[in-house]
Amino acid sequence: MNNEQNEFKKNPLGVQIDLSKFELATEEEKAQQEVMSESTTFFKDGMKKLMKNPLAVFSIIMLCIIILAAVVGPAVIPYEYSEMISVNGRRDKTAKNLAPFEWSKNEQKVIDGGEKLFPHILGTDEQCRDYLVRVLYGTRVSLFVGFFAALLVLIIGLLYGSISGYMGGRVDLIMMRIVDIIYSLPDTLMVILLSVVLKSTLAPAIEGTQLAKLGVNMISLFIVFGLLYWVGMARLIRGQILSIKENEYVLAAQATGAKSGWIIRKHIIPNCLSVIFISTALQIPSAIFTESFLSFIGLGVQAPMPSLGSLANAAREGMQSYPHKLVIPAIVICLLVLSFNLLGDGLRDAFDPKLRR
Amino acid sequence: MSSEYLVEVKDLKQYFPVSTGFMKKTWLKAVDGVSFAIKPGETLGLVGESGCGKTTVGRTLLRLYEPTGGEVLFNGEPVTDRNITQLRKGMQMVFQDPYSSLDPRMTVEDIIGEPLDVHKLYKTRAERRDKILHLMELVGLNAEHATRYAHEFSGGQRQRIGIARALAVDPKFIVCDEPVSALDVSIQAQVVNMFEDLQDKLGVAYLFIAHDLLIVRHISDRIAVMYLGKIVEIADADELNDHPQHPYTISLLSAVPIPDPKITRQRKRIVLEGDVPSPMNMPSGCAFRSRCRYATEKCAQECPKLEDRGNGHFVACWNK
Ligand SMILES: Nc1ncnc2c1ncn2[C@@H]1O[C@H](COP(=O)(O)OP(=O)(O)OP(=O)(O)O)[C@@H](O)[C@H]1O
Ligand code: SF4
Ligand SMILES: [Mg+2]
Repeated sequence: MNNEQNEFKKNPLGVQIDLSKFELATEEEKAQQEVMSESTTFFKDGMKKLMKNPLAVFSIIMLCIIILAAVVGPAVIPYEYSEMISVNGRRDKTAKNLAPFEWSKNEQKVIDGGEKLFPHILGTDEQCRDYLVRVLYGTRVSLFVGFFAALLVLIIGLLYGSISGYMGGRVDLIMMRIVDIIYSLPDTLMVILLSVVLKSTLAPAIEGTQLAKLGVNMISLFIVFGLLYWVGMARLIRGQILSIKENEYVLAAQATGAKSGWIIRKHIIPNCLSVIFISTALQIPSAIFTESFLSFIGLGVQAPMPSLGSLANAAREGMQSYPHKLVIPAIVICLLVLSFNLLGDGLRDAFDPKLRR
Repeated sequence: MSSEYLVEVKDLKQYFPVSTGFMKKTWLKAVDGVSFAIKPGETLGLVGESGCGKTTVGRTLLRLYEPTGGEVLFNGEPVTDRNITQLRKGMQMVFQDPYSSLDPRMTVEDIIGEPLDVHKLYKTRAERRDKILHLMELVGLNAEHATRYAHEFSGGQRQRIGIARALAVDPKFIVCDEPVSALDVSIQAQVVNMFEDLQDKLGVAYLFIAHDLLIVRHISDRIAVMYLGKIVEIADADELNDHPQHPYTISLLSAVPIPDPKITRQRKRIVLEGDVPSPMNMPSGCAFRSRCRYATEKCAQECPKLEDRGNGHFVACWNK
């Protein structure tokens, strides 16, 4: 009997639980069960998770560097983006297509004479303009387009989506069919067509106004974004509002006597805020990418204003002899788009884990 | 006009439109002519299978849904769209799902304080905080937890938060929609006892909804049994327990476990055959007909009305 029990206990494949390993919980331990973990707010919790994500941290650092360079760089470097290099007040024709850190013949003379000049860190382009300034300025333009296009998309999408979602019923049905139609248009083709059409019709309309400085292309770019790209955002926000409306806490608020205005302000907006932020962050790279692409095929910003896409386009001709002129704007585009996408993904994982699938 | 009853529900109806194919619509009769009354400080239990319309009764009663027909009187005064905001201070609701009924972006303090904010029931921030802390104490929540978010709490604690929110406006009547069915069995008893304590302290009346007769029997003064949108039997809790008359109630009672193996073995369990008919396609006459062992010709032709069988015991069945 005794022997049997011992053998039973030693059976390595047995799944029986050894009761002697368990003890009753003491009062103290029971009390510990009641104590809750440290309180975290939703925002703090999300930030903590974001900071633990190495890709997100990398993208934040990367973006900080690029944005800082694009904002401060052109102010520090004593050349303008449209300025041709000149020495002693005279245009320096020898400063064409310089390699990085190279001086032109005229500049070399000045330096030999004991003066100090700012180096052309990335050389110059075929019109004797400092390339680094152009790249930095182009980055600035791309960022500007990215932010404002995303903002435009956000505003239109938010208004449209929230009206559709909150009204529901037939209004929702009609509004969403319109979205479906716009969604089904091949967007690249539409962007090109619209840009071409707008370019010819807009040019006379804005002549002489402030808008003319921005350039027709830039304006038509924003119109294209405003017309086409808001649909995804509108759909997303409508879906969010529909699902939030279904939650019992909305009903609970109604049961306490709250009016629609209160419910939208206190419950619906706070609950879809994170999704709105995240998808806006993801909209920026898509806008930057579209702008670069349009500029690359010559429908983007107006010369002499550079953008990353038009710089890459201009560099195509000398690709064999000056490959860095193509590679550098391309790398900046890649870094920007990649960082924003990684940041958006990181934000989504940190703030809205439900959205991951 | 004063009345003996705090809440009177008369022939309440709630039909939901359901589209059946392109441009075609039928009505889903979730609640079809329900009447009952509740006295101040009383608990009416409402039982029935899942999907029989219990939640819909509670929500229509509180005008969270616009009723298709019928009338609700609160304190003898008909509830209309116009006076409902004011009346919400008198009637509140505790929801079925403690997870989706609390806004995840709000702290406990703000959740419980929401009814106070909506009705502007305080003059200073300090007064608001005092009221909230008092409510938290009332439902057994630790005052230190006021600044926490709902997701940090267990199901039982969340349900307590929901109860505190319902109590914030000092209501006279609370609809408790299956407040414990989402909770662990071990916690159910605690929460049910808390409901009873609160009733003793505050004198609120409850409409206590559950699909579990055991819990309802414990807390209710009277019990109403629902089947497919209609009340089939309503009686005092003890009366219903000892002398159930409707075949549906009898089968429900036979399924309640009794903690005595001898009795359990002797007892015959009546297992209902067949499924609950879809509320969109109900049998003619008595809705229970398709599963009733005593069904006769008459049951198919005409729907039985609730009728008094003495002792305040009402039954809707042709069979006596
Ligand atoms: N808003 C609505 N629109 C359409 N149909 C609904 C709606 N709410 C409920 N129903 C339908 O009404 C019927 C009754 O639902 P209800 O939620 O009242 O049941 P219940 O008794 O509370 O069930 P449970 O025990 O599962 O909570 C169901 O068939 C349900 O599908
Ligand atoms: S009326 Fe007829 S079918 Fe309905 S419960 Fe009574 S006996 Fe059964
Ligand atoms: Mg329910």
